[in-house]
Amino acid sequence: MSHEKKTPLIRLAKRDGMEGWKVWCIRAASILFALLLGALVMALAGANPVTAYGTMISGALGKKSAIRQTVKIAVPLLGCALAIAPCFKMRFWNIGAEGQITAGAIAASYFALFWANRLPSPVLLVVMGLAGALAGGVWALIPAFFKAKWNTNETLFTLMMNYIVIGVVRWLQGGPWEGRKGSQIIPQFDEAACLPRVLGVHCGWIIVLVLVVFMHVYMNHTKHGYEIAVIGDSINTARYAGMNVGRVMMRTMFLSGAISGVVGFIVASGANNTLYDGVAGGVGFTSITVAWLSQLNAFAMVGISGLLAVLSKGAETLQTRMAVPTSISDIITGILLFCMLGCEFFINYKLIFRGAGKKEARHE
Amino acid sequence: MENCAIELKGITKRFGEVVANDGIDLQLNRGEILSLLGENGSGKTTLMNMLSGIYFPDEGQIFVNGQPVSIRSPRDAFANGIGMIHQHYKLVDVFTAAENIVLGLEEGGKLDIKAAEAKVRAICERYGFDIDPGQKIYDMSVSQKQTVEIVKVLYRGADILILDEPTAVLTPQETDKLFDVLRAMKADGKAIVIITHKLHEVMALSDKVAVLRKGKYIGTVKTSETNPQALTDMMVGHAVTLNIDRPRYETPVERLEVKGLTVLDGEGVKKLDGVSFTALGGEILGVAGIAGSGQKELLEAISGLCPVAAGEVLYTPDGGAPADLVGKTPMQIRKAGVAMAFVPEDRLGMGLVGSMGMTGNMMLRSWKKGRGVFLNRKDPNELALRVWKELEVVTPSTDFPVRRMSGGNVQKVLVGREIASAPSVLMTAYAVRGLDINTSYTIYNLLTEQKMKGVAVVYVGEDLDVLLELCDRILVLCGGRVSGVVDARSATKDQIGLLMTRLGGKEGN
Repeated sequence: MSHEKKTPLIRLAKRDGMEGWKVWCIRAASILFALLLGALVMALAGANPVTAYGTMISGALGKKSAIRQTVKIAVPLLGCALAIAPCFKMRFWNIGAEGQITAGAIAASYFALFWANRLPSPVLLVVMGLAGALAGGVWALIPAFFKAKWNTNETLFTLMMNYIVIGVVRWLQGGPWEGRKGSQIIPQFDEAACLPRVLGVHCGWIIVLVLVVFMHVYMNHTKHGYEIAVIGDSINTARYAGMNVGRVMMRTMFLSGAISGVVGFIVASGANNTLYDGVAGGVGFTSITVAWLSQLNAFAMVGISGLLAVLSKGAETLQTRMAVPTSISDIITGILLFCMLGCEFFINYKLIFRGAGKKEARHE
Repeated sequence: MENCAIELKGITKRFGEVVANDGIDLQLNRGEILSLLGENGSGKTTLMNMLSGIYFPDEGQIFVNGQPVSIRSPRDAFANGIGMIHQHYKLVDVFTAAENIVLGLEEGGKLDIKAAEAKVRAICERYGFDIDPGQKIYDMSVSQKQTVEIVKVLYRGADILILDEPTAVLTPQETDKLFDVLRAMKADGKAIVIITHKLHEVMALSDKVAVLRKGKYIGTVKTSETNPQALTDMMVGHAVTLNIDRPRYETPVERLEVKGLTVLDGEGVKKLDGVSFTALGGEILGVAGIAGSGQKELLEAISGLCPVAAGEVLYTPDGGAPADLVGKTPMQIRKAGVAMAFVPEDRLGMGLVGSMGMTGNMMLRSWKKGRGVFLNRKDPNELALRVWKELEVVTPSTDFPVRRMSGGNVQKVLVGREIASAPSVLMTAYAVRGLDINTSYTIYNLLTEQKMKGVAVVYVGEDLDVLLELCDRILVLCGGRVSGVVDARSATKDQIGLLMTRLGGKEGN
């Protein structure tokens, strides 16, 4: 028929809920597709993709020491993704985790630097953790307070708060907390202020795994979690149900900041054994990727943060062994994110091509 | 066949699993007004959206003037002389009427707004429209905005007009004016389709009636050869009585007394101005008014959701003394026994959580009750199962997101939950918005049942016919003030229509 030619080339049709296993198949396919695209990038950078991926995997997981390094990268990513999950569930766009980590690290460092001789190590570590949580929480509470009271834009506010606190660390580095004069470096922590190792990695990994369970229960089985979910869906409905939206926002942001603050404590005390202005090192932003990719599911975050850590550690090895720039891991992470978010489109819509009308319409 | 403006053959459109239109055939001649009649959800708007280029049919063929055409965008629709006036107007508030009318037109050369205004005036004179092309949209009434939309379509040279529920937001008087204009256009040889579910309008205006039911084409009849009862039977599929059972409750008691209630919006504009009335237990008090006359603010103020600038809301519980609800939190008010079920335009915005299932939504009322910090899921789940069974909600499970349920089922969940809390004041707004006749009656019966239990029911509605049949008394709002309270058993539609437009219903005021 003549009109067949005139129909649009591709049409979209919304699909109704797909079965769970199909959804996960599409997601897996999208990861595979992303890795293939990544292979193309590697080939362009002059490396054989197969050996390159092999090098990345062996570099990240090949030896015990490599695995430890990878876990060390994954721990703050996971912790921070857990921290921002409730905010994002509430549709409160907290992109200030970077600053909240740093604030927590500063508070923990204060006790590490000046109280190390006065307290026994376990007590000192607990005090450091609590101080980190409090500082991160307060740092996150400020934008939440302004949002609740005057409806300021939380995205800009939390972003700006990052720069302030990182500036504070720079000042501490060059000023009051400077070790050797002119070094611009804060001295190493006392042994008592460093997190003990378990299985060769600082015990921060145990803390974040406990947080995974905590966050899962908090989001799914508590009144607080319910309030967060309702507010994220509709503020009007939340008000109607008698929820104090402003208070829930502040409470959730405090919790989020507190967890980020604990992550800051873990990084400073466990990984770096000191404080410097790069203590957060972009974790606060990368963790947004982790949280989104895992669809705010606490257990999925474990896998996704592990995957990103493998990519990043693997890329390091790739650079030393095959002289491929480490930014390749950022490129692959970007492609991965793009593909995984893009595949949600195919989960929600199907494409109908010209001429294939009747057949395609039934096709899943 | 030269007279045939539009012909549809075997049009089918699917949305996922839902078949919105199933092999529809339809024919429309020039100089003719066709009513497209069907309940909400029967596929009227979808069908017309395919004519106006918003959707593309999955199967079937559209003919315009006897030629097969393919309409892929609204631009294609205009090229074929088809123009649609949507239910929700698509106008830029800060532009004038003329600017809105020429918006999006790609005419060569400089924009000559003077010439455009002159052309707009000419169209207005021809059909008897009453708008000023230089007036800004935000200064206009709803009916003037609608006029702008119609002129916009005519300006683009449309000779086939589709109007989607044009009278939903108009008063009876404005409706009459619109109908005169449509008749003038018909006399001018234009082909007109109006989408509606109001039978009396069908009878008053159209030449032919095409009926859709659940996405299927039922048939076309000449208006002169049919009657409302026959059309209802076609629309619903089996005979339905149009009467709502309205028993009297023997011993009404005073439940709610509102005195001088005044509410300001964010800009300090009075949304409610000294509203006073009483609601009795054992009666349904209807609230009528043009959309945006303060209905929403009234319910929100009573349930504690919006701040009250002045006035009192005195609530008398069973065997207790009256207490002022103003200043109490929504939670306290609800605990006292005042429930509200508000169905907003998007149906979910207030009162329901779209991403959760029935259980999660039942929990909205009881989420505070769990032990310690944990949620209690068991009781809400039992309640969900009860509502599911008693109201015959169609859903695969109690965890199926309500957003993906059909409109009627969503409203059953909402109203069912509020009734389950055994309130002594039950306020509903637009409870039957978008529901088919059978489901609407289920809701009316639920409300009447509550009334007979001695509950004070406040029913904010849009359809005057229903208000007159369901309620005991009707409170009419006009611009945030009480224009009058009438006895629903003796009042007429014209009387309420006048009250809706003018305070006190007086002419020339």
